[in-house]
Amino acid sequence: MTDENIITVALAGQPNVGKSTLFNLLTGLNQHVGNWPGKTVERKEGTFAFNGATYRLVDLPGTYSLTANSSEEVIARDFIIKERPDVVVVVVDAAILERSLYLVAELMPLPAPVIVALNMMDVAQQEGFRIEPEVLEAALGVKVVPMVAARNVGVRELVRAIDTVARDSYVYTPKRPKIRADHRDVLAKIEALIEGYVPQPYPQDWVALKLLEGDREITRMMRECMPDERWEAVHDVLRAHDDALMAVASGRYEWIGRMIRAAVTRPKAGQIGLTERLDRWATHPLWGLLILAGILGLIFWLTYTIGAPLQDMLNIYVVSGLAELARAGLAGAPTWLSDLIVDGAIGGVGAVLTFLPILVIFFAVMGALEDIGYMARAAYVMDGFMHLMGLHGKSFLPLFLGFGCNVPAVLGARVIESRRARLLTILLAPLIPCTARMAVVAFLSPAFFGSAATLVSWGLVLLALVVLALSGVLINKTIFRGQRAAFIMELPLYHLPNWRTIGLLVWQRSLAFLKKAGTLILTVSVVVWALSVLPGGEIETSFLAQIGRWLEPAGRLMGFDWRLMVALLTSFIAKENSIATMGVLFGTGEEAGLAETMAATFPASTALAFLVVQMLFVPCVATVAVVRQESGSWWWTLFNLGFLLAVSWAAGVVIFWLAGMGGL
Amino acid sequence: MVALSALHPGEQGVVAELLGGRGVLGRMASLGFTPGAKVRMLQNFGHGPLIVLLRDTRVALGRGEARKVRMLRK
Repeated sequence: MTDENIITVALAGQPNVGKSTLFNLLTGLNQHVGNWPGKTVERKEGTFAFNGATYRLVDLPGTYSLTANSSEEVIARDFIIKERPDVVVVVVDAAILERSLYLVAELMPLPAPVIVALNMMDVAQQEGFRIEPEVLEAALGVKVVPMVAARNVGVRELVRAIDTVARDSYVYTPKRPKIRADHRDVLAKIEALIEGYVPQPYPQDWVALKLLEGDREITRMMRECMPDERWEAVHDVLRAHDDALMAVASGRYEWIGRMIRAAVTRPKAGQIGLTERLDRWATHPLWGLLILAGILGLIFWLTYTIGAPLQDMLNIYVVSGLAELARAGLAGAPTWLSDLIVDGAIGGVGAVLTFLPILVIFFAVMGALEDIGYMARAAYVMDGFMHLMGLHGKSFLPLFLGFGCNVPAVLGARVIESRRARLLTILLAPLIPCTARMAVVAFLSPAFFGSAATLVSWGLVLLALVVLALSGVLINKTIFRGQRAAFIMELPLYHLPNWRTIGLLVWQRSLAFLKKAGTLILTVSVVVWALSVLPGGEIETSFLAQIGRWLEPAGRLMGFDWRLMVALLTSFIAKENSIATMGVLFGTGEEAGLAETMAATFPASTALAFLVVQMLFVPCVATVAVVRQESGSWWWTLFNLGFLLAVSWAAGVVIFWLAGMGGL
Repeated sequence: MVALSALHPGEQGVVAELLGGRGVLGRMASLGFTPGAKVRMLQNFGHGPLIVLLRDTRVALGRGEARKVRMLRK
C-alpha cells in the first residue's frame, strides 16, 4: 500500500474452512502474531515472495458474516474498507458451499477485488458433491481457485491468481449481489437521504445496506454524521422496515442459489457420512459424556506421564544447573548479588520454565481437538450444565484444563466467540483447584485430619467448585445483567488433524507466554524475593514479615498469625511456595516436621480455614499475567484479584466459625 | 406452523419466520437460518440443545433459540 513493492493481501473466511492451514502454508515461519489494536482478537500477519514481488498476507478473524455482531466482524470489514488491501482472498469450504459463500456475498460489495479459494475439494467429493470451479467463476465474475490446502494442492495456482489480480492491468468485473426486488425502493430512499453525509472511506451504497440491516456500528456512525432532522427521516424509513434484516439475508442466499445452480451437482439425499456416524456417539447425552470423560482422562494421563517427569527434569537439570553455575561464577561477588541472581531471578525463571511442558501438552491437545472438529461436540454436550453459570458450552474444556494448571485454562478461553462468556470463563478459571494448590492441601491435611484427610481434600475441591458456580451466577446476574449470547454453533465436519497447523499454534502460544507472562513473572519473583530478605537478610525481620504483621488482624478472624499471612503472600509466586515459606518461618524446613509443628501450633479449625483460603486465594502470578493478557484490561484483572481476595477471606472466616461451632 | 424445537429427528421443514432481537437474528441468518431454508432435525431428545442440518451444515442450537424459529412442516 504505502510501499509500492509490497502487495497487501487480506485472507478472509468463515470459521473451520481451513484458513489457518492456508495462511501457514503461504507464510511458513515468516509470520508475526499480535493483537488487533485495542482489541483482544489475535492478529496474524506474514509475508511471502512470488514473481519478484513481496506479498504481505493479513489474516482477518474468521467470521460467518460482516454484520457487526462481534468485534471480529468489525475488524474484518474495517480492515478492507480502511486499509484497502490489493486483493482479498476468501477461503470457502466446497463441502458447505452455500453457507460459506455467504461471506463472499458480503465481501463483494466492498472496494477490494476478491478471489475465492475453493478449499476442501476432496471432502466435497467424498460427501458426493460435484463442483465445476470454472462455472462458478463465470457466474461470480471473480477468480475461483479449487484447492486442498491440507495437502498443498492448488496453492501455487492461488498465488498465481493473487499475482494476476494485484496487477493494474487486471479488470475486475464482479457480478455483485443485488438486494431483493421488494426492498430495492427502500434502499434507494435511504441512499438518497444519506447522500453527502457518509464519511470517507465508507462506500455509500454499502452503508445504506448496513443501515437497512440494522447494523449497530454503522447506525451509530451515521447518527453522529448527520444533522438530527435528517437522521430522523432515515430513522423513520428504517423503523417502517425493521424486517429488512431477514429480507437482505435471504436475498443473499437467493443470490448464492443462482450462483451455484449450474456449478454444483448435489449428492442424493439420505447418504450417511462419517461425521453423522461419529456424531451419533459424540453428541449423545450419555455416550457423548463418556467419550468426553475418556478424552479428559487421556489428557491427564499425558500430563502426568510426560509432563510431570519433564517438569522435574527441567527443574533438576536446567534450573538447578543454572543456579549452581551462577553460584560458582559469582563466588567472588557480594552475597546479596549472588542471592539476588540465584534465589530471585533464577527462581523466577524456574517458575516460568516449569510451566512449559504442561502448557505445550495442553496447547497441543486443545489445538488437535479444535482442528479435528471435536471441540464443538464437547461444547454441545456440556452446554446445558455450563448454561446454569452463564457460561457457554465452550467454556467447559478450558475450565477443566484448569485442574492441571490455571494458565492454559485462561489461555484456552480464546475458543469462546462471545466476549462476555470468554471474560467470565477467564475470571472464573482461577477458582479451579490446580495441581499446585492440591499439593499444599495434600501436604498439610494429613497432619491435621489424619484418616479424614482424603475427605477434607475432596470437600475442599467441592467447595472450590461450588464457589465457582455461585460466583458465575453472581457475576452473570449482576455485572453482565444476565445477558447471554445465544447458543448457536456450527458442528464442523470431522477431519484428520493438520500437524503443521497444530505445531505452529503450540509454538506461537508458548512463545507468547514466555515473552509476555515471563517478564511479569520474573519481575514479581525478584520483587517478592527482595521483600523477603530486605532489610536484614532474614525473612523473620523482612519487609514481607512486616506486611504480614500489618495484615494479621484480617487473618486473626480465622486464627491466623502473621506467619500464615506471609505464607499466603509468597504463594503469589507459585502456590507450592507457601510450604517452603512456612518451613523457614516455623524453623523446621520443608520436611514432615513442618506439618506436625503446625498441627501443634494451630487448632484444626484454623488449618481448615487456611486450606480454604489457599484454595480460593489470588492465583499465582503466571495466571494473573495471562488474565491480564487475555482480558486485555488491567481493570478486569484487578477486579478479578479483588473478587478472589474477598471471596477467599469470607469463605475462610465462615468455615473457621462453622468449624469452631462443630468442635474442631 | 410449529416451532423448530417441536420437530422430531428425521423430520424436515422450511423456515417460515424467525423471532427475536437483531443480534440473535443476525447470527442465525449468517449460519443459514433465513425464511425458505430447508431444515432437517438430526437430534432432539425433547430437552437440552438440539442439532439440525441446514445448507449442508450441522448446527447445534439451544432449545430457547429453536423455539424462536417458526417452521412449516414438510
